[in-house]
Amino acid sequence: MARGDMMKGFELYQPADLDNALSLLDKFGEESWKLAGGQDSLDWFKDRAKQPKAVIDLGGIQALRGITETADGIEIGALTTLREVATNAAINAKFPLLGTAASRVASPQIRNQATLGGNLCQDARCWYYRYGLDCYRAGGNKCYADSPEGVNREHCLFGADRCVAVTPSDTAVALVALDARMVVVNKDGEREIAAENFFIGPDVNITRMTVLEPGDILKSVRIPATWAGARWYFEKVADRNTWDFALVNVASVIKLTGSTIDDIRIVCGGVQCVPRRLTVVEEVVKGSVRNDETFELAAQSASRGATPLNYNHFKIPLMENLVRRAIRDA
Amino acid sequence: MAYKLIGKNFMPHDVRAKVTGAAKYAEDFRADGMVFAKMLLSPMPHARVRNLDISAAAALPGVVGILTADDLPPGQAPGQPALTNEPVFVGDPILAVIAESETIAADAIERIRIEYEPLPFTIDPLESLYPGGPNAIDVGNVGNLAFQPTTIKWTARDFAAASDGQLPQGQPAREWSYGDLDAKFGEAKLVLDESFVTAGMPHNSMEPRSCMAYWEGGKCFVYGSIQSQSFAAPPLARMLGIELKDLVFISENCGGGFGSKGSAYPLMMIPAYAARKVSRPVMLRVSRAEEYFLGYSRHGFQGRIKLGFAENGRILAADIYIVQENGPYAGFPDWTGAAEAVSLVYQPESMRWRGIPVFANTPPKSAQRGPGQNQIAVALEPLMDKAAKSLGIDRVALRRLNAPDNDGAIGENREPLTSAYLKEALDIGKREFDWDNRIQRSGQRRGSKVTGIGVGQAFHPAGSNGFDGLVCITPDGKLHIHTGIGNLGTYSHSGTSRVAAEILGYDWDNCVVERGDSRKNLPWNLGQFGSNTSYTMTRTNYVAATDALNKLKEIAAMDLGGSPDDYDIADEKVVARADNSKSMTYAQAAQRAIELGGKFDGHEVAEDLNPMTAASVAAIAGTGLIGAAKDNLPQHGLVPALAAGFMEIELDIETGKYEIKDYVGVADCGTVIHPQGLDTQIKGGAIMGIGQAGLERHVYDPQNGLPANVGLYQVKPPSYMDMPTNMRSAWVDQPDRQNPVGTKGIGEPVMGCAAGALLSAISDALGGHYFNRVPVTPDQIVNAAAGREQSHKPLQTNCV
Repeated sequence: MARGDMMKGFELYQPADLDNALSLLDKFGEESWKLAGGQDSLDWFKDRAKQPKAVIDLGGIQALRGITETADGIEIGALTTLREVATNAAINAKFPLLGTAASRVASPQIRNQATLGGNLCQDARCWYYRYGLDCYRAGGNKCYADSPEGVNREHCLFGADRCVAVTPSDTAVALVALDARMVVVNKDGEREIAAENFFIGPDVNITRMTVLEPGDILKSVRIPATWAGARWYFEKVADRNTWDFALVNVASVIKLTGSTIDDIRIVCGGVQCVPRRLTVVEEVVKGSVRNDETFELAAQSASRGATPLNYNHFKIPLMENLVRRAIRDA
Repeated sequence: MAYKLIGKNFMPHDVRAKVTGAAKYAEDFRADGMVFAKMLLSPMPHARVRNLDISAAAALPGVVGILTADDLPPGQAPGQPALTNEPVFVGDPILAVIAESETIAADAIERIRIEYEPLPFTIDPLESLYPGGPNAIDVGNVGNLAFQPTTIKWTARDFAAASDGQLPQGQPAREWSYGDLDAKFGEAKLVLDESFVTAGMPHNSMEPRSCMAYWEGGKCFVYGSIQSQSFAAPPLARMLGIELKDLVFISENCGGGFGSKGSAYPLMMIPAYAARKVSRPVMLRVSRAEEYFLGYSRHGFQGRIKLGFAENGRILAADIYIVQENGPYAGFPDWTGAAEAVSLVYQPESMRWRGIPVFANTPPKSAQRGPGQNQIAVALEPLMDKAAKSLGIDRVALRRLNAPDNDGAIGENREPLTSAYLKEALDIGKREFDWDNRIQRSGQRRGSKVTGIGVGQAFHPAGSNGFDGLVCITPDGKLHIHTGIGNLGTYSHSGTSRVAAEILGYDWDNCVVERGDSRKNLPWNLGQFGSNTSYTMTRTNYVAATDALNKLKEIAAMDLGGSPDDYDIADEKVVARADNSKSMTYAQAAQRAIELGGKFDGHEVAEDLNPMTAASVAAIAGTGLIGAAKDNLPQHGLVPALAAGFMEIELDIETGKYEIKDYVGVADCGTVIHPQGLDTQIKGGAIMGIGQAGLERHVYDPQNGLPANVGLYQVKPPSYMDMPTNMRSAWVDQPDRQNPVGTKGIGEPVMGCAAGALLSAISDALGGHYFNRVPVTPDQIVNAAAGREQSHKPLQTNCV
């Protein structure tokens, strides 16, 4: 075993435009690796747990950067840094939920370098998987975390399927709540995917966290105006207040008439491999008055169906509490 | 006494270089022809290496050699080898590849084929103590720095006799007691009997333990990352199999050690032996992950504390049992230090301590800031709160009642103390923190947030004696203060050197601190650990400066008439008391010392100097007026550093998170020699204590012995965002009775008192829920607030 912090050599490509990037991905296929801010990639490389042949650095592609106000909301290039997202005036005016979620990612230094696309597409943070073990997600035939004495405090309550890793992203829950669309390009053209469908669990593909195929690039994120100006709530609970992944996070957007909830989207992270949209909670509270009874019903229905592991049952009350807050304090 | 330098802030000479990056740490050094070593670490917690095939690695272009355990002198368990064919923890180094670049070395390591024979392993001492339980190492399951390995298994009956969650108390390895324990428990109005767990945790030194070495002219040059200088040199020479005179040891800066780099450690052998093997300088850069795998950590405890209180709160009896998770090697005597701490901080009228250190297949353990004292602080301080609540006594008052003063005693033999002002520290903290008013807010609710008020206290022995001081006044009038202490970052290398300048009435700008390199002719000093520097090295600098002062006066009397007693010093001159026209500058005196020779310029030295100091004096003999002396000042009793911490938090019962609203730390460290350094210690120590109480711990998968935390983001030391911006510090400022300038150390208890204060505040916010475990993490608080069971079993260790 080597943890020498020393990358293995690879071929580095730095395409200047999207077309070149796509043809490089087409050429190297499964042997390619897309590099954005590098905050996830370099960990893998330095531990030699992932050893791609060709690294395609997307950093030089201007078309992947920038924040644009459109007729129907805002479009954010995938390579826009988290700092830019967190501090952008238009985003914070229309969708403060996203700006706030971005501001809670990692640390200031990491947000200066890390990208929105990278935060959305980062790999699972299960410590066993990051260790470089031969688990299901790594192509093996075992889950170390979901074992009789597995150490799984950070792992999932829902959707276990040979893998119990959770989504580590703070911006993902915000974008699913905002009903964002992911713009994906490949050599055949461009397609738009609902954020909710962009993230996939182990039941769909145990080796990936998103629908992106090796030849795909996440180009941008479009946030429709639907929820601009809505009431919102975001909270991340992590052990530390910086440079830490969420134990559980929550994002909600709510439309009210008086004190009656007309419409709501509410999403939890850290409890499932994908951002978990709490559709049951949404149904329970839609049309209800915001009062203690509603908060309590919402909290109870949030954790319905949870199947805790050895060390993570605290996520049940934590999730319930956060859902309560996400409706009560929005 | 009014001092010119002692008690005043100053700018240490190495600050600027540290800020600009010019300061050189071990891995910044380079030498002609230097190559790099990379280690292959064991993937298994306990195994035997079979069929090691290095051929493909050795054949890789750029590989210049491979160092294995067979190239090193054989060790003896539980001593730690640098490389091993029988790894005893995941991350134990098996071999090192030496190559032209680190990339080539890492590529070569991937080509090495090893067949391992897996051996039994454990990460839980109680599992190893159970009849038929696994032994972590072959030579026994019980052992420590304090004694040779042996095998002790408790009986199944011992385990069965303990109720659920209670520590079984089988045969201990050591025990002591004083007073009539049974009678005192019989008198007690309140008896508490609680089992607890404290987690092992890494040191989180910013600088990993990198090291570079080469051989030249028959000498070995070693550039290491060590807290200490002179004290580390003899053991390092022994590890390298050379005489001390053939070692050139450079340790100019150290990026933190916290006890894990107190003296030479076996890993330093790798570049030195590799350099000899390949006849080129070798650099071993240790990565952050490697530092977590093999860079030492604090011992975890599983323990039980039984306390008997009189109605007025006085502790009549204390019965302590400590099972120490010893790691796979010798470790450190935390288990005994913890007992001494109880006997001092609470002055129990009777006490028994039993303990057993049990090997486990976890990273090697070493001292870590308050080794033993700070584990027992976080285990016992919450019980003081519990007792206070039960007896209806104010929590600070209960502590004050039991706290030691100058008449206090320590340990089995009730040894005396050089000074103890814990009561005063509590008084000052209570006033600064406004305890009486704050306590009214205890339990106040604002939405989901509850106010918690806490207090904690801690101790560490803080001084030693018998080492040497060395100063030299050169003919240019400068005072060279040679110090063999290290540079772990507290600036006490200069803080203590200023005592020599003070005694000689020097302007600090005319002083040069000689340190950080054995070629600078340094005296024999203790290592920079154990909160001892302030006490120990003010004494050595005091005696050396006094020796120089006497010689200055003798020379003046010789040249200007009269007797030495007729002279005083002023403005770096020796001046006749009766006639200030009769004077001689220090520069002139230094020139005269050289002319006079003998004892004046170091050609004759006192016979009781350590050979290292004598050799250093011999090397600079004839360059000026030399003051060199062994610290033979009287010393009777133990030197205690004591501290009290006060904290207010606002705890959110819905998330398990809390905000620290205020912290006041108070030190009993005798006369303050460097206020800014002390303030930083009190606050920095508190941050580390907050990490110990609330965040940091080792976690292993018991099924395969794998460590879960091998990165900074996984280990989670506290960040600025977790700390209050308004931390405050204060000190008692009563001189110690046995230090010539009244000072003593402080570095360690300022951590434990903050850890205790945080636990106290959390339990206070939760209305008196005690976790009997550290760290107390948000998941545990959420569970407690929701009235749910915890995920871990009460005595489970190295888990979550």
